[in-house]
Amino acid sequence: MLASALALSTFAIAQAEPNPERQQELRQLLLHDCGSCHGLTLKGGLGPPLLPTTLHDKPAEYLAATIRYGRPGTPMPPWGPFVSDAEAMWLAKLLKEGVQ
Amino acid sequence: MTRIRPILTALLLGLTAVGHAETRATGDLGLVIERADGGLKMIETSGNTVLSSIEGLGDLSHASAVFSRDERFAYIFGRDGGLTKVDMLQGKIAKRIVQSGNSIGGAISQDGRLVAVSNYEPGGVRIFDADTLESVADLPADYGDGKLSKVVGLVDAPGNRFVYSLWDAGEIRIADMSDLANPKVRKFENIGKQPYDALITPDGRYYIAGLFGEDGLALLDLWQPDQGVRRILPDYGRNDEKMPVYKMPHLEGWAMAGDRAFVPAVGRNQVLIVNSNDWSEAGRLEVSGQPVFVMARPDGRQVWINFAFPNNDRIEVFDTLTLERITTLHPGKGVLHMEFEPRGEEVWVSVRDDDQLQIYDTATLKQVKTMPARKPSGIFLTHRAHKIGL
Repeated sequence: MLASALALSTFAIAQAEPNPERQQELRQLLLHDCGSCHGLTLKGGLGPPLLPTTLHDKPAEYLAATIRYGRPGTPMPPWGPFVSDAEAMWLAKLLKEGVQ
Repeated sequence: MTRIRPILTALLLGLTAVGHAETRATGDLGLVIERADGGLKMIETSGNTVLSSIEGLGDLSHASAVFSRDERFAYIFGRDGGLTKVDMLQGKIAKRIVQSGNSIGGAISQDGRLVAVSNYEPGGVRIFDADTLESVADLPADYGDGKLSKVVGLVDAPGNRFVYSLWDAGEIRIADMSDLANPKVRKFENIGKQPYDALITPDGRYYIAGLFGEDGLALLDLWQPDQGVRRILPDYGRNDEKMPVYKMPHLEGWAMAGDRAFVPAVGRNQVLIVNSNDWSEAGRLEVSGQPVFVMARPDGRQVWINFAFPNNDRIEVFDTLTLERITTLHPGKGVLHMEFEPRGEEVWVSVRDDDQLQIYDTATLKQVKTMPARKPSGIFLTHRAHKIGL
């Protein structure tokens, strides 16, 4: 399951970045909806912090797969119905670079 | 005279802040959290207006408020561990400390002298003097081999006690603060997996924690704590496949109508109805999303329900007598919170993505006013000052 998720995400890298309007929507989603568990500043809450310092050793593909498929056994839900592979990859890179 | 002068000055400042030409009282005031800007809007419910803005409260991405018994001061609990005391008459920050790295909520004691904060990092409860915000007690949520648990569902209870739940440890604890020099903490272990929030009934008798990691709720009778914690609605979701949860529900207050109480189901498009005589399930409301807040109008005749992403654009209103849906409102994207005016004729609604506060008449179910606010979330009116658990 994870392997196929990774493969899908890797494939997604080749896809185009979301357009500027969609990027704005994704930022909003990240700060306000992801932020309801991870904190608006992404310093963590019920969910772990999502800061460049805490994510540096996690590949973007791994983060994108977590976004798309969730983390079974934890409260992290799958966002796949709302976020495409390419968009999850864009979010993952944004998290690794730092949102602010 | 020296005593009177500061009070007069404060009143005068208060008058300036609220723009009234006469002495101001605080009973119709409230605060709205502006989560993205670390600010507050001061509101009043007699004329339904925004009075002022207050800035500089840090990260308010998950913030809540309690009020002093004289309704003069609010205590705001911010996500970044900030504890801010706001003067409701002067419309400004009276005192502010950062007491932890990451916090989730707080409570004020029965006698009004203590403010408690529940923390994620470091996991535990810290207690402060309500007047000075000086530290009074530190109660780490230690469990297992010296680990610290995130703390949720902190409420005040009669007897100058605080009750709270440990997310990681699956515990409920009672901190008895009646002797300040010697706080006594009683632990109830194995109450269920991942308590995510809790409430106390308005009479201060029952503490009920919702469970995320398994079905049901954990109930503690504070009149008879020796009976321990028992599970209620143990199998409301048995054999169902749980849906992913995009926002944790909240258990704030106790949506109660007669002997029926209404609580959000976790991971289901349902509201659970509980018979409060024997805590058995008394039915369910089928709703169009995963409920976040289930709030009863103060007279108990209606419940208002908002929802998690992606259905956070609506409110459903149910009649508690017939259990029928009266209406579905569509205030806009990101409906985060609802606060009834003290006697329930109107309700304030925060609509995050549209940067709006909206007021509805609860009899006609029509919107009566809209006001701008920056990414509003929690709405807190001062009458909470006199309610156990709020």
